[in-house]
Amino acid sequence: MSEILTATAAELARRIATGEQSAEEVTRAHLDRIEAVDPKVNAFLAVDSERALATARQVDAKRSAGEELGPLAGVPIAVKDLLCYQGLPTTAGSRMLEGWVPPYNATVVDRLIAADMVILGKTNLDEFAMGSSTETSAYGPSRNPWDLDRIPGGSGGGSSAAVASFEAPLAIGTDTGGSIRQPASVTGTVGVKPTYGGSSRYGIIAMASSLDQPGPCARTTEDAALLHAVIAGHDPMDATSIQAPVPPVVEAARSGDVAGMKIGIVREFAGDGYAPGVEQRFQESLTLLENAGAELVEVSCPHFVHALATYYLIMPAEVSSNLARYDAMRYGLRVGDDGERSTEEVMRLTRGRGFGSEVKRRIIIGTHALSSGYYDAYYGSAQKVRTLIRQDFDQAFTSVDVLVSPSTPTTAFRIGERIDDPMSMYRADLCTIPANLAGNAAGSFPAGLAPEDGLPVGLQVMAPPMADDRIYRVGAALERAQASAWGAPFTSQIPFLEA
Amino acid sequence: MSSAPLTSADVARLASLARIELTPQELEQFAPQLDVILESVTSVAELAGADVEPTSHALPLTNVFRADEVRPSFTAAQALAGAPAAEDNRFSVPRILDEEA
Amino acid sequence: MDVMDFEDVLAAYEPVMGLEVHVELNTVSKMFCGCSTAFGAEPNTQVCPICLGLPGSLPVINGKAVESAIRIGLALNCQIASWCRMARKNYFYPDMPKDYQISQYDEPIAFDGYLDVEVDGETFRVDVERAHMEEDTGKSLHVGGATGRIQGADYSLLDYNRAGVPLIEIVTRPITGAGEKAPQVARAYVAALREILRGLDVSDVRMEQGSLRCDANVSLMPRGAAVFGTRTETKNVNSLRSVEGAVRYEMCRQGAVLSEGGTVRQETRHWNEAEGFTTPGRSKETAEDYRYFPEPDLVPIAPDAAWVEELRATLPEPPAERLARVTKEWGFTDLEMRDVLGAGAIGVIDQTVAAGATPQAARKWWLGELVRRANEAGVELAEVGMTPAQVAELQRLVEGGTINDKLARQVIDGVLAGEGDPEQVVATRGLSVVSDEGALSAAVEAAIAANPGVADKVRAGKVQAAGALIGAVMKEMKGQADAARVRELVLEKLS
Repeated sequence: MSEILTATAAELARRIATGEQSAEEVTRAHLDRIEAVDPKVNAFLAVDSERALATARQVDAKRSAGEELGPLAGVPIAVKDLLCYQGLPTTAGSRMLEGWVPPYNATVVDRLIAADMVILGKTNLDEFAMGSSTETSAYGPSRNPWDLDRIPGGSGGGSSAAVASFEAPLAIGTDTGGSIRQPASVTGTVGVKPTYGGSSRYGIIAMASSLDQPGPCARTTEDAALLHAVIAGHDPMDATSIQAPVPPVVEAARSGDVAGMKIGIVREFAGDGYAPGVEQRFQESLTLLENAGAELVEVSCPHFVHALATYYLIMPAEVSSNLARYDAMRYGLRVGDDGERSTEEVMRLTRGRGFGSEVKRRIIIGTHALSSGYYDAYYGSAQKVRTLIRQDFDQAFTSVDVLVSPSTPTTAFRIGERIDDPMSMYRADLCTIPANLAGNAAGSFPAGLAPEDGLPVGLQVMAPPMADDRIYRVGAALERAQASAWGAPFTSQIPFLEA
Repeated sequence: MSSAPLTSADVARLASLARIELTPQELEQFAPQLDVILESVTSVAELAGADVEPTSHALPLTNVFRADEVRPSFTAAQALAGAPAAEDNRFSVPRILDEEA
Repeated sequence: MDVMDFEDVLAAYEPVMGLEVHVELNTVSKMFCGCSTAFGAEPNTQVCPICLGLPGSLPVINGKAVESAIRIGLALNCQIASWCRMARKNYFYPDMPKDYQISQYDEPIAFDGYLDVEVDGETFRVDVERAHMEEDTGKSLHVGGATGRIQGADYSLLDYNRAGVPLIEIVTRPITGAGEKAPQVARAYVAALREILRGLDVSDVRMEQGSLRCDANVSLMPRGAAVFGTRTETKNVNSLRSVEGAVRYEMCRQGAVLSEGGTVRQETRHWNEAEGFTTPGRSKETAEDYRYFPEPDLVPIAPDAAWVEELRATLPEPPAERLARVTKEWGFTDLEMRDVLGAGAIGVIDQTVAAGATPQAARKWWLGELVRRANEAGVELAEVGMTPAQVAELQRLVEGGTINDKLARQVIDGVLAGEGDPEQVVATRGLSVVSDEGALSAAVEAAIAANPGVADKVRAGKVQAAGALIGAVMKEMKGQADAARVRELVLEKLS
């Protein structure tokens, strides 16, 4: 049983395609696992057992009939509860949408279905994806399988926790400021944010439209690449979707050849605020990559230090507008409609009760940043600094192929540790935000464990737009170098949580 | 730019603009928190000169259009399935005080 | 409400107007989604995740709407932006599913144009500040209360079929110097604009259905002053007559307020079409903070010069040039031309001629028949229910001998009743003249037999007496015979 759970998605797909193992058996094993450990982990907000098993049986029938199966057919997957999936509630981790069942599918979900993948259920997240710990979820925090008292990262902590606790081999996340990469980093898993416009946002509940991007969560680089290839590519329903072929991510993940590759080390992401174990594992990763034939170059991106401030103007501004539609009129929560109160009062009450503190803080900041008299100083200025950050990337990529940094300054912090201090929470995304602002591709890969607490550390790899394959090349190289240096792949260190 | 501290009256006005009812405790709690956040972000105002073009989008795309073609719509029942209240195939909402903008 | 005499207002004040016209485009699908824009469907049956603003949905711009916007801009002599963006206008209102409207703010697609309008032989140039793209809102039905209006209602019901229908908002610069003709200039502007939009075939421009809506800003400044007075914005001005009436009424009302030492309140006002006055609405003294910002779900619109020129080539002839041309081409007498102009029939006759009819025949049907029917129905000539192509077809049927003028009127009845094109009406109503020689011959012989006295007179050479026999035959054939052929047969048989 546990052998099915620890197998890679690529291996499961191979077994299912050859008939060595049925998709139904694989699905059942994961559903059982969820039932056994999710009470501890709280990764799932909804589990869709019946439909998952039915889908698995269909895959088995297709195989028996000799039909050709896709590269991940029959492989179970968990989906962040920010993506619309017909027939299952989509809550965005908020009371505001409690019980709301979307009447349409996100494009990414449609692509999973078209690829014959088995959707197990929906995973927990910070409310409307706003947070770095899943603590702002209205449905309680998810827990990190490495230490159940610690956060699994956020906003996509449910997806990372599900993958790290072997409840699912794969998951879908979304990344606005690091919500795929920071959870991957603190759970010892792989997470990639594709180039902005590389995968479709249609049907994904918007947080900040110019930054949001869905991407894969997995335990290995190859698995992440296989999922990336399934979900990415042009979608006419998303006007910001790029009309170009998906970069050759699977080939890159299988190659892992970094010989001659120039890797830029971002000078600004080091020093105070970075845990010693994070620094140590980061340096070790660089050495492993250098030994694999990569050339290391230190580069400066002087405006990256302003990325966090820039992000906390642009993101809330878009949030304040994107979340206006939760107004109690057409769907979702309605509070205080007693026949006497007006629409205006009911809107106020509903939004007051339905949104949690972090969401309200961001809406208010964003409303302020866009209001007349402040627009130029706040939103307008932030858009200009965004240009400077892009220029830093462009400049760096004239001399290097990818940029690297720690994925997040510290390992997983304790639940409750930062929840009352928004600024310290925001710092978790310090290194991941520049790639969102500039639209670059970026991923986080396990870099080992911090000696001081034994918790996972992540290496972030950033690539130019539509060069997502380079990220996988570096991730795969690191994975192999680790396996030969340590005698076993990093995944063998992930604790198998007992029920 | 150094901004004046955000008072709870400011927060109340912004919350009203954003149609959010805040409790007195939330007002007290938010004003200093938001002030700290705003203080930390005001640095961006001085960074970029007037010659820097703003980036609203990292994408190099323009002119993304769809053809003028009708696609299937929901039935009224589908459209209203998630409605808090409905009547005669329409969404029912409490009495509206404001006039249309 | 006190109003001042119009002449007295003009003696003391100069009126300043600004007109905002919203035009619903006639694209088949909405601005940002594939839902139908057809008018009059069952509530909430032309909606989808996008126009209902469901979580996760995204807009994609209708390319035809952009083309229409550019063509409108060009027809109004505007500059076309080489790069512009959509923007979000943020405000909460139940008829707006996303609680923001996707519109344009400081980057309109078309700007700096003008439209020349004529009033009593005098030409006024109305400067057009901008024309921009946006989406329409849903429709509210207010339930309970005495009036069915928003005030005093118990609750409201919303239909989002109209939400997301493409709109073009056309805004003038302040119109000054029109003096006593201000109300007529306002009317003439809207009429001319409507004519242009109709010629472009970008909108149904039906004011009564709301596909063309006008808001009139009016203020007064004392004669000789340099600063505009406080303005009011009168909404719901939905006929040409109302545009003129609302401007005139606001001038007289504001004149009364000012002359009594009062101040005009900056507010929206509502035009009461039946009673002919405006009533106060929301105060606009504290400006709404719409928190505009570039729409992040959409990428910029950058019409290149080649595209703009391609669209320019599709523009119809400007009205003034068309008038000069048809005056020369049609050869109508001055009197005929005056009637045509008075009836506003230049466009329809021109299109009927283009569809193959002679100018005289086109004039005959439009002025002889359709103007009267349009007046009876209380609609504009172009909206009477019969198209220029159908009129040309009708004329072809007459010239081909399938029907005569009398039957043609019945065919018009049929077309207006929605029975289809003239040929279909002829077929389904069985209206074609009888060309069966046998039947006709028998009817002629029967008439001769029934009227021996008349027949004798004809035989004796009194040819004009044949009229009675022809009449009898036509009566027998219920009018469905070619009178000329009947006459030939009668004379043949009695020769």
